[in-house]
Amino acid sequence: MTTFEAATGRDDPNRVARTASGLASKRILVGYGFWIFLLSDIIMFSAFFATYAVLVGQTAGGPGGQELFHLRTVGLETACLLVSSFTCGLANIGAQTYNRIWFYSAMAATFILGAAFLGLELREFADMIAHGAGPTRSAFLSAFFTLVGCHGLHVTAGLLWLLTMMAQVFAKGYRADILRRVLCFCLFWHTLDIIWVGLFTVVYLMGAGQ
Amino acid sequence: MSDFEPGKDLYHVDIAPGDVHQDEGETTEGVTSYLIGLGLATLLTIVSFFVSGTTLVWGPSIPVALSVLAIAQMGVHLVFFLKITTGPDNVNNVMALAFGVLIVFLLIVGSLWIMAHLNHNMMPMDQIMQMQR
Repeated sequence: MTTFEAATGRDDPNRVARTASGLASKRILVGYGFWIFLLSDIIMFSAFFATYAVLVGQTAGGPGGQELFHLRTVGLETACLLVSSFTCGLANIGAQTYNRIWFYSAMAATFILGAAFLGLELREFADMIAHGAGPTRSAFLSAFFTLVGCHGLHVTAGLLWLLTMMAQVFAKGYRADILRRVLCFCLFWHTLDIIWVGLFTVVYLMGAGQ
Repeated sequence: MSDFEPGKDLYHVDIAPGDVHQDEGETTEGVTSYLIGLGLATLLTIVSFFVSGTTLVWGPSIPVALSVLAIAQMGVHLVFFLKITTGPDNVNNVMALAFGVLIVFLLIVGSLWIMAHLNHNMMPMDQIMQMQR
Protein backbone atom coordinates (compact mmCIF):
# COMPACT_ATOMS: atom_id res chain seq x y z
CA MET A 1 0.00 0.00 0.00
CA THR A 2 1.40 3.37 -0.96
CA THR A 3 1.59 6.28 1.42
CA PHE A 4 -1.16 8.06 -0.51
CA GLU A 5 -3.58 5.21 -0.06
CA ALA A 6 -2.74 4.93 3.59
CA ALA A 7 -3.25 8.65 4.07
CA THR A 8 -6.61 8.72 2.32
CA GLY A 9 -7.72 5.54 4.05
CA ARG A 10 -8.99 4.08 0.82
CA ASP A 11 -9.23 0.58 2.25
CA ASP A 12 -11.17 1.64 5.32
CA PRO A 13 -14.90 1.51 4.47
CA ASN A 14 -15.79 4.04 7.15
CA ARG A 15 -13.42 6.61 5.79
CA VAL A 16 -14.04 6.00 2.12
CA ALA A 17 -17.46 7.56 2.54
CA ARG A 18 -15.91 10.84 3.61
CA THR A 19 -12.92 11.32 1.34
CA ALA A 20 -12.72 12.87 -2.06
CA SER A 21 -11.03 9.79 -3.45
CA GLY A 22 -13.94 7.48 -2.72
CA LEU A 23 -17.68 7.60 -3.11
CA ALA A 24 -19.48 10.50 -1.51
CA SER A 25 -22.01 9.81 1.21
CA LYS A 26 -25.56 9.10 0.18
CA ARG A 27 -26.78 12.47 1.48
CA ILE A 28 -24.37 14.28 -0.86
CA LEU A 29 -25.30 12.08 -3.83
CA VAL A 30 -29.02 12.55 -3.26
CA GLY A 31 -28.67 16.29 -2.73
CA TYR A 32 -26.50 16.66 -5.81
CA GLY A 33 -28.82 14.59 -7.98
CA PHE A 34 -31.80 16.59 -6.82
CA TRP A 35 -29.89 19.81 -7.48
CA ILE A 36 -29.40 18.69 -11.09
CA PHE A 37 -33.13 17.96 -11.36
CA LEU A 38 -33.90 21.43 -10.01
CA LEU A 39 -31.58 23.00 -12.59
CA SER A 40 -33.42 21.10 -15.35
CA ASP A 41 -36.66 22.41 -13.88
CA ILE A 42 -35.26 25.95 -14.04
CA ILE A 43 -34.33 25.33 -17.69
CA MET A 44 -37.93 24.27 -18.39
CA PHE A 45 -39.14 27.49 -16.79
CA SER A 46 -36.68 29.49 -18.89
CA ALA A 47 -38.40 28.09 -22.00
CA PHE A 48 -41.72 29.40 -20.67
CA PHE A 49 -40.05 32.73 -19.86
CA ALA A 50 -38.73 32.93 -23.42
CA THR A 51 -42.21 32.16 -24.80
CA TYR A 52 -43.72 34.83 -22.60
CA ALA A 53 -41.10 37.40 -23.57
CA VAL A 54 -41.71 36.72 -27.28
CA LEU A 55 -45.50 36.91 -26.97
CA VAL A 56 -45.80 39.73 -24.43
CA GLY A 57 -46.84 42.28 -27.05
CA GLN A 58 -49.35 40.05 -28.86
CA THR A 59 -52.47 41.10 -26.99
CA ALA A 60 -54.77 40.83 -30.06
CA GLY A 61 -56.60 43.98 -29.03
CA GLY A 62 -57.26 42.55 -25.58
CA PRO A 63 -56.09 43.79 -22.20
CA GLY A 64 -52.36 44.06 -21.50
CA GLY A 65 -50.39 43.76 -18.31
CA GLN A 66 -50.98 47.35 -17.33
CA GLU A 67 -54.75 46.85 -17.01
CA LEU A 68 -54.59 43.33 -15.55
CA PHE A 69 -51.86 43.30 -12.91
CA HIS A 70 -52.43 44.53 -9.37
CA LEU A 71 -49.08 45.11 -7.73
CA ARG A 72 -50.59 45.05 -4.24
CA THR A 73 -51.63 41.39 -4.68
CA VAL A 74 -48.28 40.56 -6.23
CA GLY A 75 -46.47 42.17 -3.30
CA LEU A 76 -48.50 40.09 -0.85
CA GLU A 77 -47.78 36.92 -2.83
CA THR A 78 -44.08 37.76 -2.90
CA ALA A 79 -44.01 38.35 0.86
CA CYS A 80 -45.81 35.04 1.53
CA LEU A 81 -43.41 33.05 -0.62
CA LEU A 82 -40.28 34.78 0.70
CA VAL A 83 -41.19 34.25 4.37
CA SER A 84 -42.23 30.65 3.63
CA SER A 85 -38.80 30.07 2.10
CA PHE A 86 -37.29 31.36 5.35
CA THR A 87 -39.46 29.14 7.57
CA CYS A 88 -38.66 26.19 5.30
CA GLY A 89 -34.97 26.76 6.03
CA LEU A 90 -35.78 26.84 9.76
CA ALA A 91 -37.65 23.53 9.36
CA ASN A 92 -34.54 22.02 7.79
CA ILE A 93 -32.45 23.15 10.76
CA GLY A 94 -35.12 21.73 13.09
CA ALA A 95 -34.88 18.38 11.30
CA GLN A 96 -31.07 18.36 11.39
CA THR A 97 -31.08 19.03 15.15
CA TYR A 98 -33.90 16.53 15.84
CA ASN A 99 -36.05 19.28 17.33
CA ARG A 100 -39.63 18.12 16.85
CA ILE A 101 -41.51 21.27 17.92
CA TRP A 102 -39.25 23.47 15.82
CA PHE A 103 -39.63 21.22 12.77
CA TYR A 104 -43.41 20.88 12.97
CA SER A 105 -44.12 24.55 13.69
CA ALA A 106 -41.77 25.75 10.93
CA MET A 107 -43.29 23.29 8.44
CA ALA A 108 -46.81 24.35 9.46
CA ALA A 109 -45.88 28.01 8.97
CA THR A 110 -44.42 27.15 5.56
CA PHE A 111 -47.64 25.37 4.62
CA ILE A 112 -49.88 28.24 5.72
CA LEU A 113 -47.81 30.81 3.83
CA GLY A 114 -47.62 28.63 0.73
CA ALA A 115 -51.36 28.04 0.82
CA ALA A 116 -51.93 31.79 1.24
CA PHE A 117 -49.77 32.40 -1.82
CA LEU A 118 -51.73 29.85 -3.80
CA GLY A 119 -55.05 31.29 -2.66
CA LEU A 120 -54.04 34.81 -3.73
CA GLU A 121 -52.88 33.51 -7.10
CA LEU A 122 -56.08 31.53 -7.72
CA ARG A 123 -58.19 34.55 -6.77
CA GLU A 124 -56.18 36.66 -9.23
CA PHE A 125 -56.69 34.06 -11.99
CA ALA A 126 -60.41 33.77 -11.29
CA ASP A 127 -60.71 37.55 -11.34
CA MET A 128 -58.97 37.79 -14.69
CA ILE A 129 -61.06 35.01 -16.25
CA ALA A 130 -64.26 36.61 -14.92
CA HIS A 131 -63.29 39.82 -16.71
CA GLY A 132 -62.90 38.03 -20.03
CA ALA A 133 -59.11 37.83 -19.83
CA GLY A 134 -58.74 34.06 -19.76
CA PRO A 135 -55.94 32.10 -21.43
CA THR A 136 -57.90 31.90 -24.70
CA ARG A 137 -58.17 35.68 -25.11
CA SER A 138 -54.76 36.36 -26.68
CA ALA A 139 -51.29 34.89 -27.18
CA PHE A 140 -50.04 37.14 -24.39
CA LEU A 141 -52.58 35.72 -21.93
CA SER A 142 -51.89 32.13 -23.06
CA ALA A 143 -48.21 32.63 -22.30
CA PHE A 144 -49.02 34.37 -19.01
CA PHE A 145 -51.27 31.59 -17.73
CA THR A 146 -48.79 28.91 -18.85
CA LEU A 147 -45.85 30.53 -17.10
CA VAL A 148 -47.53 31.64 -13.87
CA GLY A 149 -49.81 28.59 -13.77
CA CYS A 150 -46.83 26.23 -14.10
CA HIS A 151 -45.22 27.90 -11.10
CA GLY A 152 -48.53 27.61 -9.24
CA LEU A 153 -48.66 23.88 -10.04
CA HIS A 154 -45.15 23.51 -8.65
CA VAL A 155 -46.24 25.25 -5.44
CA THR A 156 -49.25 22.91 -5.21
CA ALA A 157 -47.01 19.88 -5.61
CA GLY A 158 -44.66 21.37 -3.01
CA LEU A 159 -47.51 21.77 -0.51
CA LEU A 160 -48.51 18.11 -0.97
CA TRP A 161 -44.88 17.09 -0.55
CA LEU A 162 -44.65 19.24 2.61
CA LEU A 163 -47.60 17.42 4.20
CA THR A 164 -46.06 14.08 3.19
CA MET A 165 -42.79 15.04 4.89
CA MET A 166 -44.56 16.04 8.10
CA ALA A 167 -46.45 12.72 8.09
CA GLN A 168 -43.27 10.75 7.40
CA VAL A 169 -41.33 12.43 10.19
CA PHE A 170 -44.31 11.81 12.48
CA ALA A 171 -44.60 8.13 11.52
CA LYS A 172 -40.97 7.16 11.01
CA GLY A 173 -38.95 9.69 12.99
CA TYR A 174 -35.68 11.28 11.92
CA ARG A 175 -34.27 8.39 9.91
CA ALA A 176 -31.42 9.20 7.54
CA ASP A 177 -33.56 8.64 4.45
CA ILE A 178 -36.34 10.86 5.82
CA LEU A 179 -33.81 13.61 6.53
CA ARG A 180 -32.59 13.37 2.93
CA ARG A 181 -36.16 13.83 1.72
CA VAL A 182 -36.56 16.88 3.98
CA LEU A 183 -33.37 18.32 2.50
CA CYS A 184 -34.67 17.74 -1.05
CA PHE A 185 -38.00 19.33 -0.18
CA CYS A 186 -36.26 22.43 1.18
CA LEU A 187 -34.13 22.71 -1.97
CA PHE A 188 -37.31 22.44 -4.05
CA TRP A 189 -39.09 25.13 -2.04
CA HIS A 190 -36.14 27.54 -2.17
CA THR A 191 -35.91 27.02 -5.94
CA LEU A 192 -39.59 27.87 -6.36
CA ASP A 193 -38.88 31.16 -4.61
CA ILE A 194 -35.95 31.86 -6.96
CA ILE A 195 -38.23 31.28 -9.95
CA TRP A 196 -40.82 33.59 -8.39
CA VAL A 197 -38.18 36.36 -8.19
CA GLY A 198 -37.72 36.14 -11.94
CA LEU A 199 -41.45 35.87 -12.41
CA PHE A 200 -42.58 38.90 -10.45
CA THR A 201 -39.82 40.98 -12.02
CA VAL A 202 -40.32 39.99 -15.66
CA VAL A 203 -44.08 39.45 -15.70
CA TYR A 204 -45.57 41.76 -13.10
CA LEU A 205 -43.19 44.65 -12.47
CA MET A 206 -42.08 45.07 -16.09
CA GLY A 207 -45.60 44.32 -17.33
CA ALA A 208 -47.34 46.81 -15.07
CA GLY A 209 -44.82 49.56 -15.63
CA GLN A 210 -44.91 49.54 -19.42
CA MET B 1 -1.54 8.00 12.04
CA SER B 2 -4.43 7.90 14.44
CA ASP B 3 -4.74 11.67 14.76
CA PHE B 4 -4.83 12.13 10.99
CA GLU B 5 -8.30 12.95 9.75
CA PRO B 6 -8.75 12.40 6.03
CA GLY B 7 -10.79 14.97 4.23
CA LYS B 8 -10.03 17.68 6.70
CA ASP B 9 -6.59 18.95 5.80
CA LEU B 10 -5.49 17.51 2.49
CA TYR B 11 -8.75 16.60 0.80
CA HIS B 12 -11.94 18.53 0.63
CA VAL B 13 -15.19 16.76 1.34
CA ASP B 14 -18.07 17.61 -0.96
CA ILE B 15 -21.33 18.76 0.57
CA ALA B 16 -24.87 18.62 -0.67
CA PRO B 17 -26.56 21.85 -1.79
CA GLY B 18 -28.57 23.25 1.09
CA ASP B 19 -26.22 21.70 3.64
CA VAL B 20 -23.77 23.69 5.69
CA HIS B 21 -20.32 22.31 6.27
CA GLN B 22 -20.30 19.62 8.91
CA ASP B 23 -17.93 21.52 11.19
CA GLU B 24 -20.10 24.62 11.32
CA GLY B 25 -23.50 23.00 11.54
CA GLU B 26 -24.42 25.01 14.61
CA THR B 27 -28.07 25.93 14.94
CA THR B 28 -27.51 29.61 15.69
CA GLU B 29 -25.21 30.07 12.72
CA GLY B 30 -27.71 28.41 10.43
CA VAL B 31 -30.53 30.64 11.67
CA THR B 32 -28.31 33.72 11.37
CA SER B 33 -27.57 32.87 7.74
CA TYR B 34 -31.27 32.47 6.95
CA LEU B 35 -32.04 35.75 8.75
CA ILE B 36 -29.40 37.62 6.73
CA GLY B 37 -30.83 36.10 3.56
CA LEU B 38 -34.37 37.07 4.52
CA GLY B 39 -33.30 40.64 5.31
CA LEU B 40 -31.37 41.12 2.07
CA ALA B 41 -34.10 39.51 -0.04
CA THR B 42 -36.79 41.69 1.58
CA LEU B 43 -34.71 44.81 0.96
CA LEU B 44 -34.14 43.92 -2.71
CA THR B 45 -37.83 43.08 -3.19
CA ILE B 46 -38.95 46.40 -1.70
CA VAL B 47 -36.47 48.28 -3.88
CA SER B 48 -37.74 46.38 -6.94
CA PHE B 49 -41.36 47.27 -6.25
CA PHE B 50 -40.39 50.87 -5.53
CA VAL B 51 -38.30 51.22 -8.70
CA SER B 52 -41.05 49.77 -10.91
CA GLY B 53 -43.46 52.56 -10.04
CA THR B 54 -41.15 55.49 -9.54
CA THR B 55 -40.68 58.52 -11.73
CA LEU B 56 -37.44 59.46 -10.00
CA VAL B 57 -35.24 57.61 -12.49
CA TRP B 58 -35.12 57.81 -16.25
CA GLY B 59 -37.92 55.63 -17.64
CA PRO B 60 -36.03 53.37 -20.08
CA SER B 61 -33.53 52.48 -17.36
CA ILE B 62 -36.19 50.89 -15.14
CA PRO B 63 -36.22 47.42 -16.84
CA VAL B 64 -32.44 47.29 -16.60
CA ALA B 65 -32.56 48.23 -12.92
CA LEU B 66 -35.25 45.62 -12.28
CA SER B 67 -33.18 42.92 -14.02
CA VAL B 68 -30.11 43.78 -11.96
CA LEU B 69 -32.13 43.72 -8.73
CA ALA B 70 -33.70 40.36 -9.66
CA ILE B 71 -30.33 38.79 -10.46
CA ALA B 72 -28.94 40.14 -7.19
CA GLN B 73 -31.87 38.66 -5.28
CA MET B 74 -31.42 35.29 -6.99
CA GLY B 75 -27.79 35.42 -5.86
CA VAL B 76 -28.88 36.16 -2.29
CA HIS B 77 -31.26 33.18 -2.40
CA LEU B 78 -28.55 30.89 -3.77
CA VAL B 79 -26.00 31.87 -1.14
CA PHE B 80 -28.12 32.21 2.00
CA PHE B 81 -30.98 29.77 1.34
CA LEU B 82 -29.48 27.11 -0.94
CA LYS B 83 -26.01 27.52 0.63
CA ILE B 84 -24.19 27.50 -2.69
CA THR B 85 -20.80 28.98 -1.90
CA THR B 86 -17.48 29.35 -3.68
CA GLY B 87 -15.81 26.98 -1.21
CA PRO B 88 -13.84 23.95 -2.44
CA ASP B 89 -16.51 21.60 -1.05
CA ASN B 90 -19.07 23.16 -3.39
CA VAL B 91 -17.28 22.83 -6.74
CA ASN B 92 -19.69 20.22 -8.12
CA ASN B 93 -22.77 22.22 -7.16
CA VAL B 94 -21.35 25.42 -8.69
CA MET B 95 -20.35 23.64 -11.91
CA ALA B 96 -23.86 22.23 -12.31
CA LEU B 97 -25.30 25.69 -11.61
CA ALA B 98 -22.96 27.30 -14.15
CA PHE B 99 -24.07 24.83 -16.82
CA GLY B 100 -27.71 25.48 -15.96
CA VAL B 101 -27.20 29.23 -16.20
CA LEU B 102 -25.50 28.80 -19.59
CA ILE B 103 -28.46 26.82 -20.97
CA VAL B 104 -30.97 29.31 -19.54
CA PHE B 105 -29.04 32.17 -21.13
CA LEU B 106 -28.85 30.41 -24.53
CA LEU B 107 -32.55 29.54 -24.43
CA ILE B 108 -33.86 32.99 -23.52
CA VAL B 109 -31.45 35.15 -25.50
CA GLY B 110 -31.54 32.79 -28.48
CA SER B 111 -35.34 32.72 -28.59
CA LEU B 112 -35.65 36.48 -28.31
CA TRP B 113 -32.95 37.05 -30.94
CA ILE B 114 -34.42 34.62 -33.47
CA MET B 115 -38.00 35.80 -32.99
CA ALA B 116 -37.02 39.47 -33.26
CA HIS B 117 -35.24 38.73 -36.57
CA LEU B 118 -38.23 36.77 -37.85
CA ASN B 119 -40.54 39.62 -36.94
CA HIS B 120 -38.26 42.05 -38.71
CA ASN B 121 -37.71 40.03 -41.89
CA MET B 122 -41.07 38.39 -42.44
CA MET B 123 -44.10 39.87 -44.12
CA PRO B 124 -46.88 40.82 -41.72
CA MET B 125 -49.30 37.96 -41.11
CA ASP B 126 -52.34 39.53 -42.76
CA GLN B 127 -50.41 40.00 -46.03
CA ILE B 128 -49.36 36.32 -45.99
CA MET B 129 -53.00 35.37 -45.52
CA GLN B 130 -53.98 37.49 -48.51
CA MET B 131 -51.36 35.88 -50.74
CA GLN B 132 -52.71 32.44 -49.92
CA ARG B 133 -56.16 33.27 -51.19
